[in-house]
Amino acid sequence: MSRLSGTGMTLAYDKRVIAEDLSVDIPDGSFTVIIGPNACGKSTLLRALSRLLKPTAGSVLLDGSDVHSLPTRQVAKTLGLLPQSSTAPDGITVAELVARGRYPHQSLIRRWSTTDEQVVTESMEATGVADLADRNVDELSGGQRQRVWLAMALAQQTPLLLLDEPTTFLDIAHQIEVLDLCAQLHETQGRTLVAVLHDLNHAARYATHLIAMREGKIVGSGRPEDVLTAELVAEVFGLPCRVIDDPETGTPLVVPAARRRAEVAHPAPAVPG
Amino acid sequence: MTTLNGTIGSRVGVRPRAVIVGIVAVLGTAVISVLTLGTGEFPIPPADVVRTLFGQGTPAQDFIVNELRLPRMITAILVGMALAAGGAVFQSLVRNPLGSPDILGITNGAGTAALTVVILGGSSTQLSLAAVAGGLGAALLIQLIGGRHGLHGYRFILVGIGLAAIFTGISGYLLTRGVQMENARAMLWLTGSLDGRDWQQAGPLLGVLAVTLPILLLACGPGLRILEMGDDAAAALGVPVRVLRTSALFVAALLVSCAAAAAGPVAFVALIAPHLAKRLTRAPGPNLVPSLAMGALLLVGADWIAQHAARPLPVGVVTGIVGGAYLVWLLTTERRAGRI
Repeated sequence: MSRLSGTGMTLAYDKRVIAEDLSVDIPDGSFTVIIGPNACGKSTLLRALSRLLKPTAGSVLLDGSDVHSLPTRQVAKTLGLLPQSSTAPDGITVAELVARGRYPHQSLIRRWSTTDEQVVTESMEATGVADLADRNVDELSGGQRQRVWLAMALAQQTPLLLLDEPTTFLDIAHQIEVLDLCAQLHETQGRTLVAVLHDLNHAARYATHLIAMREGKIVGSGRPEDVLTAELVAEVFGLPCRVIDDPETGTPLVVPAARRRAEVAHPAPAVPG
Repeated sequence: MTTLNGTIGSRVGVRPRAVIVGIVAVLGTAVISVLTLGTGEFPIPPADVVRTLFGQGTPAQDFIVNELRLPRMITAILVGMALAAGGAVFQSLVRNPLGSPDILGITNGAGTAALTVVILGGSSTQLSLAAVAGGLGAALLIQLIGGRHGLHGYRFILVGIGLAAIFTGISGYLLTRGVQMENARAMLWLTGSLDGRDWQQAGPLLGVLAVTLPILLLACGPGLRILEMGDDAAAALGVPVRVLRTSALFVAALLVSCAAAAAGPVAFVALIAPHLAKRLTRAPGPNLVPSLAMGALLLVGADWIAQHAARPLPVGVVTGIVGGAYLVWLLTTERRAGRI
């Protein structure tokens, strides 16, 4: 059994049920990417896995125990989350923000140790923000800022790291930069990564394990080349498309059907009169 | 390739700037306190005040400084600290520099409860207890109405402003029902005044601060700093968000209402002291320690102005005018900077 899984979960905000009897398994050591249309419940699933949302039925298991029965600090040492909306406090520097990732490892007595020092330095180096250590976070570009947040999550030193749409609001170059960084962290540090992504081609390129969701249900999971087919995209997104090999990586590449050309190729019958 | 000079530890600890701001505020408080202690019907030179404080004054000076004026001074310092600490926690909880207990109903709750006691002709002890109960009651209402799904910034602010309006309405009604004598006493109390305050006010407030400040600084402080990054991010880092929010809310409400019980709802200190501290230190986090020093400085300074006005004023009038002006200035500059 893998370290993080959910079984028979009913996920709801108040009375609005997002998913029922949802079970999911995050393979250890994978870079798992969750895809699906808006409001399909993928962010909700991530919230449940990271214990921000308590399932009304079923449970999330972390290392075999219900995540809600574990002390929150202990969970925070095993499971990290980079939420979609985080605010950098006014006037905080990069080093200070990254150092906050050490919070679960600190206590009243043990405030700052040589381990903290080393981990924060390494996290900033791994994400390429060490040069920015003394800069104010609010002066940085969107891509730099996202790398700083990643550095903070890394400094938490959790074997499992969940990322909620880490590329939203970034331009294409910064999206690739952040995803390359994630892939590199996954490969070199052996962490299990779970990310919600919107871009199917990014998902196919970077995921080692893909989960496709629709209306609160998982409709496909496995290797991207097995999961991401034209049929699945049509079923999940209602989008006619072709899936070809990515010329760069050989992974599936989704090419949406062009409505115009389709119409030209199969002209609509002329309306009489 | 890194360009790090010095350790990370040296840059994530307390900022030197914050230390300097704290020290300057404490020194300023001390100087103004000495000047104020020499002020009154029997002026005493600052050097004599200091000597008297250390037990070297004449019996007359000893009586005037240590018996008559010092308790009031201590009350002023403690009220300033309590308001500032409460304000710093509130601003941190709602993530908004305007989120102060003045605006979010706590002070108004204390005021309305105290006013009820005044109109009913209760004693000053009853008045103080009512103020504390009123402030805590307002916090409880905020928690019950706004906290059902977790008390977040906007919900908190809207519920608080609504409660403040309700309490103001009730207070207005109570004032129309009171007779003139009581109304004068009520209005003076509602303005906030240090006149006639002695150990009876300073003692309990000192006790409350001695218990709550360690809780705030050691138990809540680190969590509040993390909470600034958003509830989700804080929860992910292992902060017990709900427990922290609720306990910080009640501790802050307790501090503010105890301050109101001692000196009346002195306006704007809870809003401005933490804000000024943050502006000067430029540090993230609730800046609790610099805020405490700033609160003491503001109240002692306002008291000095109040006593040197053409006619002695209640201290709440001074904080109201100065604080209101600061707020207007703040709104225009922050607006220009696009921050609010």
